[in-house]
Amino acid sequence: MITKEEVEHVGWLARIEIDEKESDAYAQKLNSVLDYFEQLDEVDTENVPPTYHVADIMNVFREDVVKPSMPQEDVLSNTENKQEGNFKAPRIM
Amino acid sequence: MAAWTDISNIKQKIADSSAEEVTAAYIETIGKSKINGFTTVWDEAINTAREIDSNGHDGPLAGIPIAIKENISTKGLSTTCSSKILQGYVPPYDAHVIERLKEAGAVILGKTNMDEFAMGTSTESSCYGPTFNPWDMSRVPGGSSGGSAAVVAAGEAPISLGSDTGGSVRCPAAYCGVVGLKPTYGCISRYGLISYANSLEQIGPLATTVSDIATIMDVVAGYDSRDSTSINRENNYSDALKDDVKGMKIGVPEEYFGEGIDKDVEKSVWDAISKFEDMGATYEKVSMPHTKYALASYYIIAMSEASSNLARFDGTRYGLRAEGENWHVMASKTRAEGFGTEVKRRILLGTYALSAGYHDKYYLKALKVRTLVKQDFDKALANVDVLMAPTMPASAFKIGEKIEDPLSLYLADVNTVPINLAGVPSISVPCGFVDDMPVGLQIIGKQFDENTIIKAAYCFEQNTNHHTRRPREVA
Repeated sequence: MITKEEVEHVGWLARIEIDEKESDAYAQKLNSVLDYFEQLDEVDTENVPPTYHVADIMNVFREDVVKPSMPQEDVLSNTENKQEGNFKAPRIM
Repeated sequence: MAAWTDISNIKQKIADSSAEEVTAAYIETIGKSKINGFTTVWDEAINTAREIDSNGHDGPLAGIPIAIKENISTKGLSTTCSSKILQGYVPPYDAHVIERLKEAGAVILGKTNMDEFAMGTSTESSCYGPTFNPWDMSRVPGGSSGGSAAVVAAGEAPISLGSDTGGSVRCPAAYCGVVGLKPTYGCISRYGLISYANSLEQIGPLATTVSDIATIMDVVAGYDSRDSTSINRENNYSDALKDDVKGMKIGVPEEYFGEGIDKDVEKSVWDAISKFEDMGATYEKVSMPHTKYALASYYIIAMSEASSNLARFDGTRYGLRAEGENWHVMASKTRAEGFGTEVKRRILLGTYALSAGYHDKYYLKALKVRTLVKQDFDKALANVDVLMAPTMPASAFKIGEKIEDPLSLYLADVNTVPINLAGVPSISVPCGFVDDMPVGLQIIGKQFDENTIIKAAYCFEQNTNHHTRRPREVA
């Protein structure tokens, strides 16, 4: 069971502001999904390894060669919030 | 007038007139559309077609118009994942598949509607409003690539690209009566596809014929070093277009005909399997015992990956930015305002499933169950060439019927998500109608054995006429 308070906490972890009025509704719908997830408990997974992906590859490396990259102005083309070639954001601390 | 057609017909039309005239006819048709399938029509489409005319129609898709899902990056053309948070975002680069299409001479018509960030089965969660099913405007087109399927079904584009994380190409293909392929994981580069659940998703083509699916695959599939999960493997998909399934062994997994399946859908699929028997194939029932756990495993993994992938939408570099006294408040308000309810639910659940104390119970458990689901496929496909099942347990539901109850929506994906967990290829082809709504047959193959499922689908299409029926709206 996820509580209203936990919804607000997870919202903070995920950087999604959830106000008190919404958190009840979220808790209710999230709990119905979490209840459904509970059925995995009945599966015996002792000694079963996890599958993170199914591609038959590991450790894909490339040569460390300098190649042309996207021009800085293109990278910054989708924001008004820029300064001297950087993205401009509010202070972190 | 543009209409339901295929690539070879359009090539003839281009030869008789011009790529410019063909593109103009599609743009005129889109202008009259009632289904809300396109989000943007590209203002460069006509110019591109004109250039192709002057360059002598060079390339396998020369002058062929194509519609592209809202989550595939197109340089200079708005790409928003049908989300408020990406309003105004114009990619400064093309996805790998778009580069390939342009080299092949295709004309990008525009972008198609989808469930916000591909999270849905109905295309109702788009910030542009729902897309309507051309067969019945009161019903959903399926999702999440609902726009890409609906515009092909409505004759507003001959072919399109979608993406399939848990059924998002096959579901709308089935609901709209067109053909849709989810290729093997690693087959098509995901470079430029805006990630939702990156260990599960693949870009996939939609078209009115199996032959067109093979033609598109010959253009867009193949190795790309910019996607580290891209597999280097040569294949010619059009080689598979042979009308011969003699001796083909079909497995029918009984778990895909379980609780909740519509009796008439079940009958259509069994009729299709009988047709394969008539054509010289044989079938046997197989069991894939972990199927019932695939849905929970899928949703935990997809939501967990989504919570990480969607962290980049924080108001810093593109899209919406809310006001806030510091970065954290700005990001939290931007995401509260910019994401829709279902996207927020999935990010919250994914964050919860990965958080301290719950990681092993949900995420790790889901990954272990994924192993068991994949083993079911390995075992079943060791003895047969393909598996066949209904793509969707029922035909398209009504708009508004499920959107308020997320779990009921998730349950509709029961037959499509196991395929993504296993990473195998699967194609949905029209196999009948229930109350005048199309039904899809799902043909599932071994990893990188697209050609066997394409051959089976092609053979079925050549010997049946389900795919020739048109929705009334565009007849």
